[in-house]
Formats: sequence, structure tokens, C-alpha cells
Amino acid sequence: MSTDTPAGPTDEPSRAELAARVAELEEELADLGEDVAAAQTEEKMVIVATQGTLDMAYPPLILASTAAAFGYDVTVFHTFWGLEILHEDHASELSLSAVGNPNLSVPNAVAALPGMDAVTSRMMRQKIDDENVASVEELIQTSLDTGVDLQACQMTMELFDYEETAFFEGVTTGVGAATAFQEMAEADIQLLV
Amino acid sequence: MSSTVDAAETLDVQGQNCPMPVVKTKQAVDELDADGVLEVLATDPGSVSDIAGWAESADEFELVDQSEDGDIYRHYVRRTA
Repeated sequence: MSTDTPAGPTDEPSRAELAARVAELEEELADLGEDVAAAQTEEKMVIVATQGTLDMAYPPLILASTAAAFGYDVTVFHTFWGLEILHEDHASELSLSAVGNPNLSVPNAVAALPGMDAVTSRMMRQKIDDENVASVEELIQTSLDTGVDLQACQMTMELFDYEETAFFEGVTTGVGAATAFQEMAEADIQLLV
Repeated sequence: MSSTVDAAETLDVQGQNCPMPVVKTKQAVDELDADGVLEVLATDPGSVSDIAGWAESADEFELVDQSEDGDIYRHYVRRTA
């Protein structure tokens, strides 16, 4: 019965060798842990903001300021109508149309009447104010104060004839798609709004 | 529990809505010394989940306590580093 007990091989690693190997692996694991921690401290989000209506100005600004509070490095690249959000004179006058918007209970035939966009926008702005939701300008200022990089696409600035001085102080200009793409490639979160 | 928390500063964000309670909490707690506690007074019901989630994900802050007192939500956040 006892004859099938294998004789111990002589090249079996000693206890000391095993202990050394364990110590080596523990060290490697600790290094990996540090790498992971370092990667986590450099979390980054990039949002591309393409819309300039009152309702669509909110999601990028709210997410940007929130992500900054989470310690993220945040960039919002504004292109096409998204530039309106950064425009110092236009930001407080962003509008909203009820035409083709089934979420607003105004028939299209009525919504298309002259002056109706202004009425709809005023009602929305009033509602925002009544509910103590921050204004677009307030969110822009908060975003800038918390280190969010608000960028204005150079190509659309030229398309719309906007000078750098038309935007809020602190807005980054002179950037294009390549810059935005490079930042998106490095980011953990990329959103198109 | 909340009565035993000794807050260094109080931030009043009553009446303010998302995302301001979290954003302003972060700005205020950044000003504290290590181990300092910030008391946040909010009326936004979403602030309960938002501040708890934010504090959990941050290495340098921790949620000490949250309580509801009528329409007011009290949050206590400690700066750990």
C-alpha cells in the first residue's frame, strides 16, 4: 500500500526560495497597485457641445461642473451652435422652439406664429428661475472657477464671425478638431451633446 | 449621531438645485484643513444620493453623516487628506 508514495524530488524549491518568490510577487503587486492608483487620479472627461438651445445648454454644463467636483480633468469642446453657450451676450438669451417639439404642448401651427419662440423661451426661463435651477451664466462661471476647460472651436468661430473677445473670459480659443480628438483619445469619458 | 459631529464650517445651499449642492460642497470642503468637517444644509432631495455618491468616489473626502430634518437635508463631510 505504501509503495505508491512518491519519493520527494530533490529539485523541489526550498521553503526559503518560496518565501523569496512570494516576497517578489508581493512587491510586483504593490507596484501594480500604485500604477492603478496613479491612472485613477488622472481621470478625464471630454464633452463635445454642438447645440445652442436653452435646454441643450444644460447637460454639458451640469456634467462638466459635476465631473470637476469629482476631481476629473474636464474639457468641453464647443462647436457650431454650442458656441452660443460661451458667447457673453448670447448665453443669457438662449432660446427654445416649440415647433416640432412634442414635449411642449403647443400645436405646431400655433408654435410657428411669429414671436412664439420668444414666448416659449421666456416661459422656460421663468420655470428655471422658479425651480431654483442655476442659470446658464452661473454654470459657466462655476465651471470656469472649478477648472473646466471650456473651448471654442476655431473653425466655427470663423464661420460665425465670432471674435475671441465675444466669449466669457477664461474660454480657450484657437483649438480645432485634432486637439479635441487627442483629448478624447486620452479621456475615460467622451460625450457628444 | 449628527449632534455629535463638530463641523468647522457650514455651507448653506438651501433652495439650490442639481448640480450646485455637490459642486459647492466640493469647493467649500477644499478650503478646510485636513480632518475638518463641513456641514451642508440643502433642500434638494437629490443631494442625499448625490453627496453620498460623490464622497464615496473621492479619496480625500468622506461622508460622516446625513440626516433629514423636515425639508432640510444635513450632510457632514470630512476632509481626510
